[in-house]
Amino acid sequence: MSDSFDFDGRAVPFDAGQSIGAALLAAGVASWRTTRRGARPRGLFCGIGVCFDCLVTVEDRPNQRACLVPARARLQVRSQDGTGRGALSV
Amino acid sequence: MARSPYDVVVVGAGPAGLAAGAAAARAGCTVAMLDAATEPGGQYWRHPPGRLDAVADLHHDLTTYRRLATVVRTSVDLLPGHHVWTVARRTDGFDVHAVRDDREDVVTGSAVILAPGAYDRQIPFPGWDLPGVLTAGGAQALIKGHQVRAGGRIAVGGTGPFLLSVAAGLGTRGFDVAGVFEANSPLGWMRHVPAVARIPGKVAEGVGYGATLARHRIGFHARHAIVAAHGDDRVRAVTVARLDPGWRVVPGSARTVACDTVAVGWGFVPQVELPLGLGCATRVDLDGSLIAVVDERQAGTVPGVFLAGEVCGVGGAALAVTEGEISGRAAAAWLGRTVDWPHRLRRRRRAHRTFAAAMHRAHPMPDGWQTWLEPTTVVCRCEEVTVAEVSEAVDRLGATDARTVKLLSRAGMGWCQGRMCAYATGSLSSASTGCPTDPRPLAERPVAVPVGLGVLARGGDD
Amino acid sequence: MPFVPVPTSSAADVVVIGAGVVGASCAFYAARAGLRVTVLDRGPVAGGTTGAGEGNLLVSDKLPGPELDLALHSARLWREIADEVGGFEYEPKGGVVVAASESALADLNETSAGQRAAGVEAVPVSGTTLREYEPHLAPDLRGGVYYPEDAQVQPMLAAAHLLADARAHGAQVFLGHEVSALLRDGERVVGVVTAARRHPAAAVVNAAGTWGRAVAALADVDLPVHPRRGFILVTEPLPRVVRHKVYAAEYVSNVASDDWHLQTSPVVEGTAAGPVLIGSSRERVGFDRTFSVPVLRTLAARAIRLFPVLAGVAVIRAYRGFRPYCPDHLPIVGPDPRAPGLLHACGHEGAGVGLAPVTGHLLVQVLAGIRPDIDLGPFRPERFA
Repeated sequence: MSDSFDFDGRAVPFDAGQSIGAALLAAGVASWRTTRRGARPRGLFCGIGVCFDCLVTVEDRPNQRACLVPARARLQVRSQDGTGRGALSV
Repeated sequence: MARSPYDVVVVGAGPAGLAAGAAAARAGCTVAMLDAATEPGGQYWRHPPGRLDAVADLHHDLTTYRRLATVVRTSVDLLPGHHVWTVARRTDGFDVHAVRDDREDVVTGSAVILAPGAYDRQIPFPGWDLPGVLTAGGAQALIKGHQVRAGGRIAVGGTGPFLLSVAAGLGTRGFDVAGVFEANSPLGWMRHVPAVARIPGKVAEGVGYGATLARHRIGFHARHAIVAAHGDDRVRAVTVARLDPGWRVVPGSARTVACDTVAVGWGFVPQVELPLGLGCATRVDLDGSLIAVVDERQAGTVPGVFLAGEVCGVGGAALAVTEGEISGRAAAAWLGRTVDWPHRLRRRRRAHRTFAAAMHRAHPMPDGWQTWLEPTTVVCRCEEVTVAEVSEAVDRLGATDARTVKLLSRAGMGWCQGRMCAYATGSLSSASTGCPTDPRPLAERPVAVPVGLGVLARGGDD
Repeated sequence: MPFVPVPTSSAADVVVIGAGVVGASCAFYAARAGLRVTVLDRGPVAGGTTGAGEGNLLVSDKLPGPELDLALHSARLWREIADEVGGFEYEPKGGVVVAASESALADLNETSAGQRAAGVEAVPVSGTTLREYEPHLAPDLRGGVYYPEDAQVQPMLAAAHLLADARAHGAQVFLGHEVSALLRDGERVVGVVTAARRHPAAAVVNAAGTWGRAVAALADVDLPVHPRRGFILVTEPLPRVVRHKVYAAEYVSNVASDDWHLQTSPVVEGTAAGPVLIGSSRERVGFDRTFSVPVLRTLAARAIRLFPVLAGVAVIRAYRGFRPYCPDHLPIVGPDPRAPGLLHACGHEGAGVGLAPVTGHLLVQVLAGIRPDIDLGPFRPERFA
């Protein structure tokens, strides 16, 4: 029985040691953010933390690299749009 | 004890870094080793934490890894989860600044050994920004480090021997691999038989990959490339085509291959920002990569700075280990320790470098890939800068070099600071301007990884 | 060996040395005035300090006097250029100068009163009202002044568009060509020489910015332009978090300081593209390009002091540039009587982008034999003797 984290309200299972990004891909989720200019979907690309495509919001902190953050039980993970910092906009 | 002054601070715990740290420690130095990952091994020996055996069949030379990891764990202060953002000179050594979680650690050493490794080189193609398109290294990281399937059916493309390793691994893990599309010709290897023959292990390795591909019925298509990806919210199919020697598409050869994942890689780009920031001299290697200049002791042009591995020239893990062993000894000797210099090290380095040169020559990158592009093709993924906008920077705004193209178009100004697009931006710039590109300005990153302003402000004090 | 003559261009009315924002402005106005213009730069467009600038068009940081006169005129010209040419993210966003202490506020109010008397729009803002202008400002600032006439551009795009416009009006541009000598006819400067060709011209404009001293030396005249290093931090892309250009009141005294040592003062502004730019530092360290971690730390800390929300925002890039600094903090604009035919347009120290249009406009007036709109006396090149 594997643990799971919460992604946009759905439970995503993971094996110990997997990153959030890997677990999302394994669950069939290919994208979890949209870009600033074209609102295009993005998910994993380089998988090793150098491309910054896989940015996701973890525990209310935006712009975390999903390929680097270890999955943990009951972690709150959210997809994000644009800069990921819309809450700061004035 | 991350802030004690050390004799040697090693940046990177991949093959080169591990070998360097072990050698320096064996010579009597106090050594700290920083790496961004939680486990040592770098990309090459990436594995799930505590479960190397689960992926051992995907790996090579684990004996070396286990030996080095044991030495390092017992005689080196290993600092995982440390992302080095700069290395600064002091009067008496170097400060290595790293971000760890929400703080900065500054680790001081009299000498530094930089082994930061490399990442896959990318070139754009229409649809490469669709979800489901991964780098070859990313696909391999998923199976080596995270034991997952990336998706249903995967097409592998690009150039270089790494594609074989990735495809073989994917096949072993039960992926449905739609094919390997190598833009160059395997006959390129034949021209370099003497270089390959000096390293019999490489021949066996190549034969091994070929056998694995055959066993899993994975087609290997030379002189072919994935020239476009198609899909809506993710990739659903790719166009593959035959290429002429200049990498232009052979008319009539294009066909569609259904898949939902793509893995692409075109060689590797060494991470040179740390030596550049220190003022070390660099040069352009055979594969077009900017690398650090080192002498026969792996010393850079700044006293006290030693370098090993891909940063000295892309050449694979065995070369990296050898260079690491030399650099660790060299740093120790520079600090006054007595070290031994086994002949085998120089011999091995020479053989591996010769092999690496042969591989580079067998896998050139003619710029015909530029003909695959549409004006709307994204060049800079982070800032969504298109081919048309890069061209405009040259044609309308008068940019005469890649750095100016960057400043005017924003290509390379996003989160990844040009790591994914610098090669393409430089190539497109020089194609438009007719002037060759100096890769140095695009490779300089004084802030090598993002640092929170609060983290930066609080600084290395506790 | 046969003599191969160096190619010679047909005579231009003016050669401009420097394709940064000031040189591009000179070329822009000269070409539009119908002059035959040649622009030369040893590097690319905006390859010098312009490529390291923030794009400030400020009146707020100038005390009443000749430089403020230039700034007010230049602000108007920038608006015209934005309408006429465009494409460089011109934002007439206004500036807010803030004071953290009562004494700083008192100084600021005195300064702004003087500026108002000189024709600058300057609106005092109480401590409690500051956050209506900038919601993310720290709540404990004493007060500030709002300057609606401050604006911002993307400086490299601005230089590139000005130069493109000059080209469209007939200017010739040679990038990657270093001027190695001047052509002389007796005392007169009658053109320049590069490795590739000779460029005869009725007039030569030294718009080489921080390297203006070296160009002046080609004419054996001394121009005391020195580098003053500055760093800028660039954040991750953000939505609009900072509405205006915001800086602390001590910025003005820093600019006016002769101190060799590090002067820092927080300057924070958003950009149309998303990242927030954070400055500012001034040091006289020659052309030392090394990044200084202590200075970057100070910039980060000062920015967070003004905008606490920035503490959680990432720096993804840093760059440095060398402002061209003159001992009396005024630029050098105008003809050089020590070398007839040579004019200078450099030494704008941190105000190059803002003052570029007026510099180009005034110089072209001089070239056309028209009395300049602003008296160039305070900016004359020979004033340092």
